[in-house]
Amino acid sequence: MDRSRFLLSVGSALGWLSLAQGASAQTAVTLPFVNGERRLVAYPQKRPLILQTPRPPQLETPFSLFDEGAFTANDAFFVRWHLAGIPESVDASTHRIAVTGAVRRELSLSLEDLAAMPVVEIVAVNECSGNSRGFFNPRVPGGQWANGAMGNARWTGVRLRDILARAGLQPNAVQVQFRGLDEPVLPQTPAFKKSLDVDVARGDDVIVAFLMNGEPMPLLNGFPVRLVVAGWYATYWVKMLSQITVLDHADDNFWMKTAYRIPDTPNASVAPGSTGFPTVPIDKMNVRSFVTNLIDGATLKAGPTALRGIAFDGGSGVRRVDVSLDGGATWSNAVLGEDYGRYSFRLWNFTWDAKPGTYTIAVRATSRDGATQSATPTWNPSGYMRNVIETYKLSVA
Amino acid sequence: MKAWLLFLLLALAGAGAALSANVAAPQGTTTVALPPDVGPTFKPGPGAGVARQYCTNCHSPAYVANQPPLAAAQWTAEVTKMQRAYGAPIPSDAASTIVRYLTAVYGKP
Repeated sequence: MDRSRFLLSVGSALGWLSLAQGASAQTAVTLPFVNGERRLVAYPQKRPLILQTPRPPQLETPFSLFDEGAFTANDAFFVRWHLAGIPESVDASTHRIAVTGAVRRELSLSLEDLAAMPVVEIVAVNECSGNSRGFFNPRVPGGQWANGAMGNARWTGVRLRDILARAGLQPNAVQVQFRGLDEPVLPQTPAFKKSLDVDVARGDDVIVAFLMNGEPMPLLNGFPVRLVVAGWYATYWVKMLSQITVLDHADDNFWMKTAYRIPDTPNASVAPGSTGFPTVPIDKMNVRSFVTNLIDGATLKAGPTALRGIAFDGGSGVRRVDVSLDGGATWSNAVLGEDYGRYSFRLWNFTWDAKPGTYTIAVRATSRDGATQSATPTWNPSGYMRNVIETYKLSVA
Repeated sequence: MKAWLLFLLLALAGAGAALSANVAAPQGTTTVALPPDVGPTFKPGPGAGVARQYCTNCHSPAYVANQPPLAAAQWTAEVTKMQRAYGAPIPSDAASTIVRYLTAVYGKP
């Protein structure tokens, strides 16, 4: 970023920040792990969110907002960037996506070009690979997220495979690589690039999206266009997409070869302290569920009580959600809410006549592919893919 | 093929549903001003200035300050990653100072 532009940004942001602070009563939260104190700060086009890091910005959605419904509002959606060279101004009218590499015809596509192609929409969860990393035990280095590095939105755009078909893949095409407008601070830092195998890239549900919940997306979520790889972790959902490069080899750039890799073991889990295990690139999200209208340690009045929450997986869809009132000893089936598609948050609710006492509420989702959640947390050194059964202590008086 | 059949096939093919209406792509410029770094800052301690000098070139002190307490080997690995993977031009004596600082101030007790 050029220095004068940075100073201008600081000046205008300061005025705006004091406004936001005046309007908001709560200015800090403590995430429920050691060293979990964070400020709530409203970034541009965002309501106050949990400030994980200012530069590059990482903003977490306060968990209570997931109780608002199946869709995460654009101004509440989490933000995660790897490199601080983020353009603060992007012109959608002149933005182009270059399609190059092992193709028959190189393309330079405007957003109008995209809108003239068959447009599809899909409701899909976008979850950071390291969502919930702060709960790992033993703790691991990395972004110390609680459970709010995820969101669910309706994405509108065109299928990547239609773009690839227009360009025409060469027979030697192996992977498709994506990069956006963000730049590293230092020229020697690897630019953020992610790749998908050609078969994955040509799937039904890989979308080059230009609308998020029916609106242009916030700049911090990738305006004017981002990749949506429904069912896969957010690391692949490249923001401000500007380059699609068809590779004739497996991508060996840092962000594929070294970063975002998981143990090639069941549930991507290893014993803490393990080394030397084989790794593979992270891909599909695992199944998770949460209560959204209850915080751990809450006290409720006795009587009819509605518990509700969300569940999702990596695209097989949620088959069932079960709730336990006794810490997982016995389970009862919850009622599922409207089905917005197999990649979406699925709301659930459970009504219970609460008698005085203390309870450990637990929630467990089972996906249509048969996967479910375990009471034993997994562990891996990068803090990826947490999906333990969530529990909530509750007093009824 | 009848339109309804085409629609059904598209709907079955994937969760992405085809839209019949024209959808307008975003136009024009979106400009934001990213707020300044509101902290946390590096805690005081021997080497804090060296950490500030090298680390904040690319990222906020929050990347350090929000970590759980980490062992010396973990802080060493982080600083080495900054040098080797991200190309941070940190001379070896400065890197040693930074590791000592991080371990002393943000280390496991």
